[in-house]
Amino acid sequence: MRITGAQAVWESLIREGVDTLFGISGGAVIHLYHALPDYPLHHVLTRHEQGAAHAADGYARATGKVGVCIATSGPGATNLVTGLATAHMDSSPVVAITGQVATSYIGTDAFQETDITGITQPITKHNYLVTDVEELPMVIKEAFHIARTGRPGPVLIDIAKDVQAAEFEYEYPNEVYLPGYRIPKADLGEQIQEVARLLDDAQRPLILAGHGVVLAGAEDELLTLVEKGRLPVVTTLLGIGSMPETHPLCLGMCGMHGEAYANLALGEADLILTLGSRFDDRVTGPVDRFAREAKIIQVDIDPVEIDKNVAVDLAIVGDLKDVLPALIPLIEQREADATNHRLTRPAWLERIQGWRSDSAKRDIVEQETDEMVPQYVVRQIWDATRGEAIVVSDVGQNQMWEAQYFIHHRRRGLISSGGLGTMGFALPAAIGAQVGRPDEQVWVMVGDGGFQMNLQELATVVQEKLPLKIAILNNGYLGMVRQWQQLFFEGRYSGTPLLGPDFAKVAEAYGIASLTVHEKGEVVPAVSKALAIDGPVLIDFRIEQEENVYPMVAPGAAVSEMIRRPVLGEE
Amino acid sequence: MEAVEKHTLVALMEDKPGVLNRVASLFRRRNYNIESLSVGHSEETGISRMTIVVNGNDRVVEQVAKQLEKLINVTHVADVSGKPSVMRELALIKVNAPPGARSEITELANIFRARVIDVAASSLTVEITGPEERVNSLINLLKPYGIAELARTGRVAMVRGVNGSNGLH
Repeated sequence: MRITGAQAVWESLIREGVDTLFGISGGAVIHLYHALPDYPLHHVLTRHEQGAAHAADGYARATGKVGVCIATSGPGATNLVTGLATAHMDSSPVVAITGQVATSYIGTDAFQETDITGITQPITKHNYLVTDVEELPMVIKEAFHIARTGRPGPVLIDIAKDVQAAEFEYEYPNEVYLPGYRIPKADLGEQIQEVARLLDDAQRPLILAGHGVVLAGAEDELLTLVEKGRLPVVTTLLGIGSMPETHPLCLGMCGMHGEAYANLALGEADLILTLGSRFDDRVTGPVDRFAREAKIIQVDIDPVEIDKNVAVDLAIVGDLKDVLPALIPLIEQREADATNHRLTRPAWLERIQGWRSDSAKRDIVEQETDEMVPQYVVRQIWDATRGEAIVVSDVGQNQMWEAQYFIHHRRRGLISSGGLGTMGFALPAAIGAQVGRPDEQVWVMVGDGGFQMNLQELATVVQEKLPLKIAILNNGYLGMVRQWQQLFFEGRYSGTPLLGPDFAKVAEAYGIASLTVHEKGEVVPAVSKALAIDGPVLIDFRIEQEENVYPMVAPGAAVSEMIRRPVLGEE
Repeated sequence: MEAVEKHTLVALMEDKPGVLNRVASLFRRRNYNIESLSVGHSEETGISRMTIVVNGNDRVVEQVAKQLEKLINVTHVADVSGKPSVMRELALIKVNAPPGARSEITELANIFRARVIDVAASSLTVEITGPEERVNSLINLLKPYGIAELARTGRVAMVRGVNGSNGLH
């Protein structure tokens, strides 16, 4: 059929299964927007292109589908950059479409011209500049294929304005030809048997589960493996949800602010099976002091991740969805209450249990205090939602308190910016998550600093009638930096005290119901009230200002050496 | 710590706009220490061939190779350092040569199987092709005369034997 480049974009997106996109119009995408109303696509107008990129990312993480965002040339395109870098660091499948100035103007410093393919080269899995309409269908086909396969990631397609207007004979290809793009297929032979043998022989085995488990959709396989082998699991931040945190063998998050018992287990394990995790420095601390007792096995779909940060003893490159089903039948079946000690490794599990009891004693939510500490707020939200909500957290203290005190038993229940650590992520990403999963209850958990970085998206929430529940943990500081200043920089609070507006009034101005909570006793009623309201609600929790995140691994220390909260009554 | 050595990587890549930039950008971004890089057509239409000399221990060089391979437009990467191969570099050396020094310089060039390709009133231009060390030796010997201009291509490499580019992998 004979159509324009703009029409070809939408035709192609529909063939890729897209039904939703996030974006903002502009001069260099005006042809695309002109054609858009003729197609069954739901366009969510954000208030800033950064919001569109995060929303597409949040949509992708909540649904497992490719998220799509669109922006005009120049500033529209550069505003996507932080969102693309966020998606890239966390391997999130996003396709970004940008308009470019007309082909004849490229390179002339034309109005709103920017070299967005040059700019985004290191923060996308791949990108394209399309200057010939005949190439457009194949580029879109390739972009979606690259974004969603292998290790997922963002792909940007920059389309010159005249290409969008040009007419051509449209045909959508069935296959891609990418000779340089290979999706590794795991060798399921001897190496898998070696992994099984090492797991069976280990005295103190531990699984380190990362985001890759979620991206592979291998949560069921992980659970089967864990239960068959009675193997304790620690997760990374983005690995939360790969295994129900309510499971007795799940020790929760490890790393800089991980559970003490998770970090201590890493320090004493004699075998670590790492699944889809890239040994980020927030997980390992100094690599020469990481898991010194352990043999390390790594399974990852990206060969680059093998031996990148941590030298491993055995590696399998491939999809966890292939590797785990091959591994499960090879390992010994162990029973939770078996008397055969060789089979159950009671010493190891008891040792972990001992660390757990010690942590419970230090837990601030177990302590009698009238202060409205953020940990209590998070725990009450978990309790009131029975842990069923999808939580989108921001970055900093709020993110760590959420990870520690909201016990995620559902897969894809936590969405957060792990690798890039992008403040301002939560609200727009939650918009994407709620649009993608309209029947789920979505909570935003954000600090007063991060919230002020993208609060313009409240208008998008209202325009799209999204019933988001927004919890601001408001301490009047850029709290994580303040905590570092308190502990390591002589208590000099440079640039961290933060003035914010009256958030309840801001919400009101947008037409969003709001509550302000000053006292601990008001927390539970406020959360219940928010849940009773059909539409969006913002709750401004004026939390204890100088509360810290514990445990904390100090910079340069091994992860098993932590600054702990003292046991109540001691010190 | 493993020994830091020079490794020679050969990479084949699609001849598309921006591919060289992707490779260069990767080296910069990952902080790899590149000694030389040369690129041109391969025997296959639409495929360029790049030879990269990189300094690093085995683990670093393996990372470089894997990161290169990860680029969508790069089709093959091989570390040919350990394989029997020929490695060549070409240099053009413009050396100051007053009439009295011409024959001496020409003689030096002959010893190195280099050629004098341009003669001017007070200079000679010498072309040498060979392994890097031989090129370095000639340059060192010509230095006392005064080198006015120097252009080197960087290393190109090819594995010995019957296989074509597909023998790289």
